[in-house]
Amino acid sequence: MKEIVVISGKGGTGKTSITASFTYLGGKDVVVADCDVDAADMHLLLQPNFAKSKDFYSSEIAKIDQNKCIKCGKCADVCRFNAIPIINEQYTINSLNCEGCGYCSHVCPVDAITMELQNDGKWFISNTRFDNILVHAKLGIGSDNSGKLVAKVKNEAKKIAKEKNKNYIIIDGSPGVGCPVISSISGADFVVLVTEPTVSGLHDLERVYKLVKKFNINAGCIINKADLNLQISKEIQEFLKKEDIVFIANLPYDETFTKAMTAGQTIVEYGENNLKNIIIESWDKIKELVEN
Amino acid sequence: MKIAIASGKGGTGKTTLSTNLSNFFAEEENVVLVDLDVEEPDSGLFLNAELISKEDKFKMIPKWDKDKCTLCGLCQKVCNYNAVIQLGNEIMVFPELCHSCYACSELCPTSALPMLSKKMGELKQFKSNNLVFIESRLDIGEEQAVPLIAQTNEYVDKHFPNEINKIFDCPPGTSCPVIEATKDADFVILVTEPTPFGLNDLILAVETMKTLNKIFAVVINRYGIGNDDVIEYCEKEKIPIIAKIPNSRKIAELYSNGKLIYKDIPEVKKQFENIKNYISKIKKDK
Repeated sequence: MKEIVVISGKGGTGKTSITASFTYLGGKDVVVADCDVDAADMHLLLQPNFAKSKDFYSSEIAKIDQNKCIKCGKCADVCRFNAIPIINEQYTINSLNCEGCGYCSHVCPVDAITMELQNDGKWFISNTRFDNILVHAKLGIGSDNSGKLVAKVKNEAKKIAKEKNKNYIIIDGSPGVGCPVISSISGADFVVLVTEPTVSGLHDLERVYKLVKKFNINAGCIINKADLNLQISKEIQEFLKKEDIVFIANLPYDETFTKAMTAGQTIVEYGENNLKNIIIESWDKIKELVEN
Repeated sequence: MKIAIASGKGGTGKTTLSTNLSNFFAEEENVVLVDLDVEEPDSGLFLNAELISKEDKFKMIPKWDKDKCTLCGLCQKVCNYNAVIQLGNEIMVFPELCHSCYACSELCPTSALPMLSKKMGELKQFKSNNLVFIESRLDIGEEQAVPLIAQTNEYVDKHFPNEINKIFDCPPGTSCPVIEATKDADFVILVTEPTPFGLNDLILAVETMKTLNKIFAVVINRYGIGNDDVIEYCEKEKIPIIAKIPNSRKIAELYSNGKLIYKDIPEVKKQFENIKNYISKIKKDK
């Protein structure tokens, strides 16, 4: 079983569209994990059946029992997150600011503060229309802990892949370089970087690859919209060479991306188009790279 | 006034809007642009500004003092993030999990876990005529964007008066970094594209802004591709669409080279005028 994670640094480079195409091509060999839990889009193309749904509880928030509170203010003094303002002469928890550290509950002399477990979202196990299994999630609005939900989604996907003897786990990661991305790449066998030849595409690729290097994982790169800016495309190629990242493919600037998405389809099933064969070859190449 | 540019989905044009809008404002007034997408700060690539100052940003992390420790285990018990773990005769601290709440440090009966500063990133200030640009950049490997975003907001509050317009280029998504970046904003612009992904993530962003009780409006980027679902959604929800930036390869090419788009394309300039007028109206109503 091999774990392949698709990330980009910059958002909107085409990660999800390309990953969805790979899941179409991989079919029943594949378990997919949509680890972009705060803006999950994979389900729009794979049309999963939400066969199993579970609540995700992870973070805690402080709660003050006003009947017990003696208004000593110790809780507000120790809180580093400005989460205990005085409202109408009562010490009150600002749930957006509360980090759930529990420090206040430890210093309260009358045990007026308890920590309550929060529902941080839901996660699902689905069958998709391509016969693969999709593990996905919806983070609660404004919830903390997207990194933990990513880990949950990924670990479930791993468990299923093991049980059912699947060959591949494909993980659609989130933009950025912070906790959800770190969570999605740790333990992966191969990273697919999807970039675009723009000043920001290259800049963000360089940053996210620094992170990949820390994990010592082999990587390959797909340049989307490669003909949009030939000069920067060349600079990306030079960067790949310098860093020993395998060049997988160039995809031309092509509105098929959007058209297929609007039709609710993956690129590879959306009629005849210029991108289809390149994506098929890319998937074959990735499989080969992962095996070695 | 604080204007936050956010989106839900990544790559919809937050940075394009932030950099163009701040330059457009700067033609007539002083303005501050703040890049709060600290994981992947890109605004600076579109500006030609001179570096004025630079400072490291730190977060506070406990450090175990073996000689003072009695191995009572309280630190491990109070840490809600599993960042302090007792392993045999040793206390291990995992800085990347620590939220700097100070509980372990201040509750330790023998003061064996003093808080020490650890660098998490840097903040730079640039200037170009009327435009001041603040960029914060998270060090690679640091997990938490929120502390750096919070410190950047504090820096901006301390150094610039309320009256001046400030534009915040926010991170994508709907989780904690976005909340931290938008919670003090007077007005939020959600940038989307007229596609199924754009709509799905716009709905999440709208729910987030409603939870935060924000005044917000939508800008549609790459207008002309996809379908009309985003427009229909906004009409149904009575969310104002204050500009439509057309889909064009020319705009994509200008962007790819780090160029501003409003100067060369009259239709785009008109859209930025619409945004500016709308912001003036919001400011007057406040």
